[in-house]
Amino acid sequence: MSKLIISGSPHVHGDESVSKIMYTVVLALVPAMLVSVYFFGFDAIRVLAISVAACVFFEWLIQKYLIKGPLTINDGSAVVAGVLLAFNVPANLPWWILVIGALVTIGVGKMSFGGLGRNPFNPALVGRVFMLISFPVQMTSWPVPKPLFAPQLTDAITGPTALGILKEGIGAGKTIDQIMADPHMPDYIDRLTGNMSGSLGEMSAMALILGGIFMVIRKVIDWQVPVSIIATVYVFAGIFHLIDPQHYIEPAFHLFTGGLMLGAIYMATDMVSSPMSMKGKVVYGVGIGLLTIIIRLWGAYPEGISFAILILNAFTPLINMTMKPKRFGKATA
Amino acid sequence: MKLKTFALGGVHPEEHKLSANAPIVNLPLPAQLVVPLGQNLGAPPKPIVKKGDEVKTGQLIARAEAFISANLHAPATGKVVKVDEATDTSGYRRPAIYIEVSGEDKWAEGINPTNELVTRLDYSRDEIIAKVKEAGIVGLGGATFPTHVKLMLPPGKKADYLLINGVECEPYLTSDHRLMLEKAQEIMQGIRLMMIALEVKRAIIGVENNKPDAIAHLAAMALAHPGISVQALKVKYPQGGEKQLIKALVNREVPSGKLPIEVGCVVSNVGTAFAVYEAVTKNKPLIERVVTVTGLGLTKPSNFLVRIGTPVSALIQAAGGMPENSGKIINGGPMMGKAMTTPEVPVVKGSSGILIMPRELSSRKEPQACIRCSKCTTVCPMGLEPYLLARLSKLERYEDTEREQIMDCIECGSCQFTCPSNIPLLDYLRLGKFRTGQLIRNRK
Ligand code: SF4
Ligand code: SF4
Repeated sequence: MSKLIISGSPHVHGDESVSKIMYTVVLALVPAMLVSVYFFGFDAIRVLAISVAACVFFEWLIQKYLIKGPLTINDGSAVVAGVLLAFNVPANLPWWILVIGALVTIGVGKMSFGGLGRNPFNPALVGRVFMLISFPVQMTSWPVPKPLFAPQLTDAITGPTALGILKEGIGAGKTIDQIMADPHMPDYIDRLTGNMSGSLGEMSAMALILGGIFMVIRKVIDWQVPVSIIATVYVFAGIFHLIDPQHYIEPAFHLFTGGLMLGAIYMATDMVSSPMSMKGKVVYGVGIGLLTIIIRLWGAYPEGISFAILILNAFTPLINMTMKPKRFGKATA
Repeated sequence: MKLKTFALGGVHPEEHKLSANAPIVNLPLPAQLVVPLGQNLGAPPKPIVKKGDEVKTGQLIARAEAFISANLHAPATGKVVKVDEATDTSGYRRPAIYIEVSGEDKWAEGINPTNELVTRLDYSRDEIIAKVKEAGIVGLGGATFPTHVKLMLPPGKKADYLLINGVECEPYLTSDHRLMLEKAQEIMQGIRLMMIALEVKRAIIGVENNKPDAIAHLAAMALAHPGISVQALKVKYPQGGEKQLIKALVNREVPSGKLPIEVGCVVSNVGTAFAVYEAVTKNKPLIERVVTVTGLGLTKPSNFLVRIGTPVSALIQAAGGMPENSGKIINGGPMMGKAMTTPEVPVVKGSSGILIMPRELSSRKEPQACIRCSKCTTVCPMGLEPYLLARLSKLERYEDTEREQIMDCIECGSCQFTCPSNIPLLDYLRLGKFRTGQLIRNRK
């Protein structure tokens, strides 16, 4: 008999692995990918492919030649970052901006902190915000969706986003009723299915929620983060809408426009940069929700969730230090 | 109806109860028994026999001198050949009494070795405790805490419940399951005797729902015993943990650093209840126990009634022998058991099972960086933060590990089981607990 193996308990391991988690996220993103391809056609495929390829390439390059550490491009985390980065940009973004964004995502957002597990901020958001600040024009010229099989009637190539129309209208002193009458404003159905201008992957709330439910069932994310963000945005926007319905749009509008669903379900739930305890997750989610709606209502940008998540990412260590899980045998406080 | 269980954390490893349908079989006596002296939690008993002595089955061979200690008896008739060191299941060398077995069982005086059911219950509290102490009974769930100590409540404390652990939440193990099916009557008697000793009115037997036959059988038996009930529990590891079982059965939480009696509970295992029955009604000392021998590659996963001191290798032989590709022998279950260096060690009072793992399942997976997924925190039944405790232990920050309640860790391994990055969390936690414990003791 060959030698017996000695190691401490436990002697069995569950079937979780890092790559399994990452590819589950990718799988959860597939419905939203399909919707984006439906609405933006080849452009969507182009942006997704460039972003994923560039992220994986830079991860490999940096690990092999700069850090000279172990190669982990197979763990799927670079693929996830790539898809999320693509989802956060307009479908007509020039390829070279995307490549620069990928470099910042992987190089600055992830590797400069020591790689997977050590990055305090969501890497894809670091990349996105960098591009937004460096290339504001290209990053905010949104293509109008042209559904794959629909007759191509419109000659407009780009158009404003629903949140953009809202921000501009409020700024010009229009009432909500006047803003909603704007011909560019997507209707309810379009807001739900994603037939509107915006970043590649933020469009279809339905597809994003579907993926979110899948991730909750597969225990890749906890529902506390997205639900507390969405609930906070809804309640907060709702209070202002009740006070002054002609100045503050109905809260549901905020839920289904812009990057809220994408951010709440896929970006804020990034395990590495979000808090560990359930209590902490709720505090973090409420914080993101509050900041998002503050920026949307009174900030300079029509959209606020990216900034809100990055800011709360910075608070994660503090939340982890103060929001401990409920210990066994301690009276509930 | 929603099944009861404990509230915080927990995991569900694959059950693999391969030997669930294998009735308990008496294992023949080996030629030699090696009886280690430290088989109980607390001080080891002192040997009272010497080389050349003839011993009868059940005769006292080592006496407990400390309060927390347990007597030891000759598991078979024979001759003491030496009192020397032997490797035990823990891998350490310990003093042990070697007995050459004569082959014929001559029981020591006063012991009733038959299987007939005795239902006499007119014993006093003191009588029961004295007999349990005399018989050297320890907790058979694995912790090996001397049972007579458990039955003597600290002054001023009162127990409301006697909780009986029939959970058997470790994968693979089935010794308690078989005992509940085959010795339910005796277990009931044992529980009643313990109830008398503890002066409690209620006893609840907790059994996980993956043993419906045992639940039904015990429930039927319990009808004849007022005060004893059976509770089916949701299958969730580590429900056999004392604090988890109390939470699951009576929804009370033992405070950090305190004992179950603090919330009016005493917890004991079904095997222990059986041993108490035999000790009190038949004067039979603890010289044998049921051991599961199992593993995916084994030809005959079995449950054996084994005399203490029998070499583990003999059990494995009887279960079909070591498979070609064996990689690991575990004393106990896969979650909390210990890997053994050799099968040439004796069965002791705490041995509940022997698990043989195929080589391909024996090695750990390569650890990766912590991705801060918080899964370890979610599954920890004590509400701890294993990733943090492991990191603090690694950094030797023991003041911090103490503040983060590392001493509450029950070493159940749920965190490591679930970690997608294959981080050996429990290795760090054990080291951290050890060092933090030293720190606390030094302060006193
Ligand atoms: S081994 Fe300790 S830290 Fe890990 S899950 Fe069990 S009790 Fe929690
Ligand atoms: S389960 Fe493993 S990877 Fe996840 S937080 Fe805990 S230690 Fe880190």
